[in-house]
Amino acid sequence: MTYPRKHLLAIEGLEPPHLADLLDLAESYALLNRSGKTQRDLLKGRTLINLFFEDSTRTRTSFELAGKRLGADVINMSVSTSSVNKGETLLDTASTLNAMHCDLLVVRHGQSGAPSLLSQKVDAAVINAGDGTHEHPTQALLDALTIRRHKGRLEGLVVAICGDIAHSRVARSNMHLLTTMGSRVRVVGPPTLIPAESARLGVEVFHDMKAGLAGADVVMMLRLQRERMSGGMVPSAREFFRFYGLDAEKLAHAKPDSIVMHPGPMNRGVEIDSAIADHLTRSVIGEQVEMGVACRMAVLDMLSRQLPRNR
Amino acid sequence: MADTLITKARLLDPASGLDAPGALLIRDGLIADCGAGLTAPEGATVVDAAGSCLAPGLIDLRANLGEPGAEHRETIASAAQAAAAGGITTICVLPDTDPALDDPALISFIARRGEATGSVTLLPYGAATAGCAGKELAEYGLLREAGAIAFTDGVRAIASARTMRLALSYARAFGAFIVQHPEEPSLAAGGAATEGELATRLGLPGITPAAEAMLVARDIALARITGGHVHFAHVSTAAALDLIRAAKAEGLAVTCDTAPPYFDLNETAIGDYRTYAKLSPPLRTEMDRQAVVAALVDGTIDAIASDHQPRDADDKRLPFAQAEAGGAGLVTLLGVTLARVHAGDVPMLTALGLLTARPATLLDLPQGRLVKGAPADLVLFHPDRGWKVEAGKLPGKAQNSPFDGRALEGRVLGTWKAGRRVFGG
Repeated sequence: MTYPRKHLLAIEGLEPPHLADLLDLAESYALLNRSGKTQRDLLKGRTLINLFFEDSTRTRTSFELAGKRLGADVINMSVSTSSVNKGETLLDTASTLNAMHCDLLVVRHGQSGAPSLLSQKVDAAVINAGDGTHEHPTQALLDALTIRRHKGRLEGLVVAICGDIAHSRVARSNMHLLTTMGSRVRVVGPPTLIPAESARLGVEVFHDMKAGLAGADVVMMLRLQRERMSGGMVPSAREFFRFYGLDAEKLAHAKPDSIVMHPGPMNRGVEIDSAIADHLTRSVIGEQVEMGVACRMAVLDMLSRQLPRNR
Repeated sequence: MADTLITKARLLDPASGLDAPGALLIRDGLIADCGAGLTAPEGATVVDAAGSCLAPGLIDLRANLGEPGAEHRETIASAAQAAAAGGITTICVLPDTDPALDDPALISFIARRGEATGSVTLLPYGAATAGCAGKELAEYGLLREAGAIAFTDGVRAIASARTMRLALSYARAFGAFIVQHPEEPSLAAGGAATEGELATRLGLPGITPAAEAMLVARDIALARITGGHVHFAHVSTAAALDLIRAAKAEGLAVTCDTAPPYFDLNETAIGDYRTYAKLSPPLRTEMDRQAVVAALVDGTIDAIASDHQPRDADDKRLPFAQAEAGGAGLVTLLGVTLARVHAGDVPMLTALGLLTARPATLLDLPQGRLVKGAPADLVLFHPDRGWKVEAGKLPGKAQNSPFDGRALEGRVLGTWKAGRRVFGG
């Protein structure tokens, strides 16, 4: 089993065998987690630091749990971006972390490329837990694992990613991962929320939700990143829900056995109807969270294999 | 001062089209003679050029020197050092400093500081609007008397069409032109890279390349109704160059410059969030880069400027969108321009003309020519000798070169300012 890099900064650039290996390993951790067993010797003596420059409950907790299940010492550091002066602390933080002999560093930052910058300055293996509007690699892995468990494969599936594509790192990582693994990826949203030249990333662009969902195996909804939107890219939440929110009527255009996903946290009634979000057979949103822990265990496991044995 | 004779040189004078072996005699700070068959007068210092190229000292149409207000990034003294190493003997200094050059006293201050270096003439631009804030016109008449060569708000676009119209009209009274940073501000706000596939992949806020052509089109229309002269700085897109080409054909007073990054690099230089390649305007696609090269050759572009924007490490060691835009450009101006000559894209005399005679004509300067009686501002360079651009080891204070790591052919061996050798030897 191979992984070609020291860090996990992006999905872009990883090849099908690397992704397949990570997903297979994550699958085995999913089974282990369900069995109630742990593997606390794997990262024993290793230090994992969750460095979050942006608020997050779900991703941070997921990494924390993943680290603890593998026996690492886990420390959470939250750096409020409002109290410190922008990125200046980023490199100061790097030297602090080096002094702490951190082995695995999980970073979330509001700026695209911040984990990459940090990775050039720290000794630890860096895992990107979401940077600006760039990538969120572990989210794409957990989404792919969830899809694979339900559909048995990724190749040839029609996956519709819907909503605020422009401000979504989740969308970018998923576009890279799923196209690399042979899925047919569509992005669906109003033109103001579709990034420039999206088609060059190997996806099909739709502005009509029903057309975009037609025949889809997977419907992936995104959070409408209202807090990131500078200057009304959509006029109102009610208009957005009417044309791009997922409800039963729009979902009827997808395949009858299609699954519905959402990376959370959801804006119910903005991008997704509650009845769909809580649908017992179609919604796999709960399972995504479960697979998140398994995927992060796989990533920590894989990266730790390349760490020096002793400090 | 004793006479100096530079012998066995390849004389390059873009103004006259001269490219021939010969010698050049310097007397009393002026070019006393140049051509074949010169002999050294009694007591003259003789410099053997050994076949290297001797050309007029470079005239840099556009540079920010950090003074006043940003001395931690660059000072006039450190910029003069970099300029001498780059063969530059005249620099046109941008006015968007702190405070802005919107007062006659500040204009003469900059010119005096240039004289004090003894190695480079500084020609200050005056602010186009008070404080470069884009609202009220600055005092063009008084600033012109104090030595302002033209008017601009530097890296800030004159956003209001009405203000630009007034500036173009009013500047006519004083025979001055207005330099515009051609980027429609409301489309550029918050952007960090050229909008397109690469910016999408990197998750960076994009600036549509149309933001440039849009402001160029507007200002050409304003030049037409006012009869004023507009000069577009660091033009970087095919669409804007097409508009400028057409305006020139129409006979309007429209000129422009570009800078080495826009004909040597494309957007891929920002690669993995390389902030040294974050510039304003941002680096463009390969298609646009090629259009800039073509416009150097066909005469649409009037000058190549360094577009020197000194930044320190704290400005650049940040996540890409938060890092400051701007690149150091003095030391690499000649070498990167010669790279287009070596590539066979641009003839030698055309390239040198864009660094000497053509900006001299634009500004009505006596420099920029190898002619009897002209100031002996000269650069001696070996066109093929290689060197590597290494940020951290460049002359001068500003180290933020977008060309960091680039191997260049074309090395400055000597620079003379008013007959005095200020670099090499």
